[in-house]
Amino acid sequence: MSTTIERPATAAPVTHVGRPLDRIDGHAKVTGAARYAADAPVGDVLYAVIVQSTVAGGRIAEIDETATRAVSGVVEVLTYRNAPKIPAFPFDFTVPFAEQLAPLQSDEIHYDGQHVALVIAETFEAAREGAVLLRITYAPGPFQATLEGAHETELPDNFFGNAMQVRRADPEAAFAASEITVDATYSTPVENHNPLEPSATVAQWRDGELIVHDASQWVLGSRAAYAKAFSVDETQVRVLAPYIGGGFGCKGFFWAHQTLAAMAAKVTGRAVKLVLSREQMFTSVGHRSSTRQRLRLGASRDGTLRAVLHDVQGESARVGAFFEPAGVVTPMLFAVPALSVSHRVAKLDIPSTTAMRAPGETPGTYALGCAMDELAYACGLDPLEVLRRNETETDGESGLPFSSRNLLACYERGAEAFDWSARTHAPRSMRDGGELIGWGVAAATYPAMRSRGEARVTIDAAGTIDVASATHDLGTGMYTILAQIAADALGADPRAIRVRIGDSAFPLAPVAGGSMSSASIGPAVHAAAERIRREVISIATSAGASPLHGLRADEVHVVDGILRAKDDPARAIAYADVVRLGGSGALEALGVAEPGKEQEEYSFHSFGAQFVEVRYDEELARLRVSRALGVFDCGRVLNAKTARSQMIGGIVWGIGMALLEETVRDDRYGAVVTNNLADYHVPVNADVPAIDVLFVEEPDLKFTALGARGMGEIGITGVAAAIANAVYHATGVRVRDLPIVPEKLLGGAAQAAWRK
Amino acid sequence: MRTTERPAVPPRSSAPLTLRLNGRDATFVVEPNVTLLDLLRERAGLTGTKKGCDRGQCGACTVLVNGRRTLSCLALALVHAGDEITTIEGLANGGELHAVQAAFVEHDAFQCGFCTSGQILSAVAVIAEGRAHSDAEISEAMSGNLCRCGAYPNIVAAIAAVQGAG
Repeated sequence: MSTTIERPATAAPVTHVGRPLDRIDGHAKVTGAARYAADAPVGDVLYAVIVQSTVAGGRIAEIDETATRAVSGVVEVLTYRNAPKIPAFPFDFTVPFAEQLAPLQSDEIHYDGQHVALVIAETFEAAREGAVLLRITYAPGPFQATLEGAHETELPDNFFGNAMQVRRADPEAAFAASEITVDATYSTPVENHNPLEPSATVAQWRDGELIVHDASQWVLGSRAAYAKAFSVDETQVRVLAPYIGGGFGCKGFFWAHQTLAAMAAKVTGRAVKLVLSREQMFTSVGHRSSTRQRLRLGASRDGTLRAVLHDVQGESARVGAFFEPAGVVTPMLFAVPALSVSHRVAKLDIPSTTAMRAPGETPGTYALGCAMDELAYACGLDPLEVLRRNETETDGESGLPFSSRNLLACYERGAEAFDWSARTHAPRSMRDGGELIGWGVAAATYPAMRSRGEARVTIDAAGTIDVASATHDLGTGMYTILAQIAADALGADPRAIRVRIGDSAFPLAPVAGGSMSSASIGPAVHAAAERIRREVISIATSAGASPLHGLRADEVHVVDGILRAKDDPARAIAYADVVRLGGSGALEALGVAEPGKEQEEYSFHSFGAQFVEVRYDEELARLRVSRALGVFDCGRVLNAKTARSQMIGGIVWGIGMALLEETVRDDRYGAVVTNNLADYHVPVNADVPAIDVLFVEEPDLKFTALGARGMGEIGITGVAAAIANAVYHATGVRVRDLPIVPEKLLGGAAQAAWRK
Repeated sequence: MRTTERPAVPPRSSAPLTLRLNGRDATFVVEPNVTLLDLLRERAGLTGTKKGCDRGQCGACTVLVNGRRTLSCLALALVHAGDEITTIEGLANGGELHAVQAAFVEHDAFQCGFCTSGQILSAVAVIAEGRAHSDAEISEAMSGNLCRCGAYPNIVAAIAAVQGAG
């Protein structure tokens, strides 16, 4: 096996990359053949159902298992009293434990919804019935689950490499001296990811080895966590996640139910299937924490920013560390001479918060995007013009030039496609019959990240090309783009390439998060495939029995899996025949790609412009998004079809965030009360209008040889601001508190704004 | 120390159940609290039908019962003795995809694929119900099937294409 480290210098040749190829996993997904974690065909399986705490603090006083154990089919009940001891979880992010709390290790309660028991039974029905019948009595204790009254506050310096307390020049003085100022506070609620697939784990111990079918966005991270939790070597754990039913961040870290499934399998000596209920998804796999963001913008009359002060109040769980770093965008998005960003985080007795699609950027682009619109109206200027006037070519935070930044082109193409010039400036000035119309715009951005990635490409004597990496496809299109990348490098048909991912036994891949999978694994696949191609050509030109014998490598080209002499197409040999000539049965290469010194020379970000139209029927207080357009600059587009879908998905998420989504806790008890899909509103089909997506495509060859920056997260950024700004334009009401539900448009505020 | 003694819960009485599953008779012995969804997934091995919420709010478990779209998580299996059940595994004609399945691939009407079985069975029924004559009508009729990836515009396009090809 050969290894090659790829150092991108030139653009890769592209034929299949970029084309709107149908997903190669599409057939499996439309026929029901795709097996997600809970579909794993594991025989003789036991079913486990979790019981969660119903108080937010205190202790378990008493557990009565009598009725549970009496249910026919119940095999075992695990609580802190009989659960095997597991070591305290390390909490330094070397292993992705989301919570510092190993499950079932004590009688202490840290939040409402904490796992306190596991009922294991021969059937799902028996486990469920047993769980309902388990009687747990608590000695409730004090807890703090609301921002109001929180007495423990942290001022974090750094969050995953981003400075959380930033100062540039003298922002207070610059703000005070500014001709135009905006001072507004925006709030965003708790939100839950709610992928359609509830988290599920099917765990099985076999001869001391743990095999897990897991809904995981990070099979290697999960493997490391299982190994730590059960004190086994990582090589004794295999985590499989070939299909994941959406994740959006809630399957990235390692959660307590995963430990419980493996624990139950160990205790019973059987395979155990554990699927979280939808209700449990609201407290068991993280959430986006709420934010309160005060933004002070100081500007010249022409809309040019002089000072920005962005103060974020967030929340975090006492048992966790994640919070919403909403200020990350502010130092880099616009040209700002004087700036401060601060984050304060209240520690609460709530389940751990976690990454949810563009954590930080999502609430940050909302608040900043609304403040920029407020600035435009304070200056009497078109909001898009104010965005244009604050453009920068340098990342104000790092001082580095952007590797590629086409935000102005996004504004321009978007304005043209949306017909922005037809917009009249005044609020309530556009109507269609009985409906008020509003148009809003905001900037989108997300950093382009990459991590060391590896992939193995194999070609056997039957000509089968196999690509393997421990990366993931959450619906992002990874299967398909990896086939396209390998096809281009090999001169093969992408549909003839088998891609295998989501297996911890495969070569190194990072978490499917931070929009970095394609930039981490794509170049590794390319490097491995290039290596194979060179080896194949070498064999074909040197083996005596080859029709290409004696040619130089540059006299051969490969099309559709056939090597041909460039000047004599009749001299040809197929990949499979070359492999046979080589005599080894198969050729295999490991490709490795990793970021290099370019990271010190450039700032890598994607950009975009979100344009939205809303319609508001005042008689019915009916607010709808009626049109949306996203224009994105993400470098090269690897698959035009899946890229468009991913951006549409991000915009749909933005619609949900702006108008619908809110996880409500009962402040008296610290308990989530909207813990189902009838009370937590995700957008339904009829909530979503026609959505247009455009790309300003400039391959970012400073980033990788493929030139593609990630796409998973940028689609949601800026959408909520564009919608809130459109709502202001339509109604004259500035709602600074998401979601914008109709009651916030009614009453005194609406009337006052109208009269003004 | 046990403070309460409860009588042992007797085993649930099971009953035989025969239904037409994707065109074939299938017989099971099930307890009365088994849902059609759990029967399909855990006892019939038909895991293409998904459990997204288990309370009738997401549509992922949609199957056709006698041609009518039905939330299998809200249906007790024993109630459906003799009924004709079509799941995603029974939709294609051998190797040939149903027109709606093919249109979903072509129009990229899914991302993660978890809601897709329910979306496709719902779509088949919506077309049969005669409620797919405009994009707005499709959107409305398909709003019982949540897609968190946000593939809705592509789902509408896929259904409209099948309806248009008619």
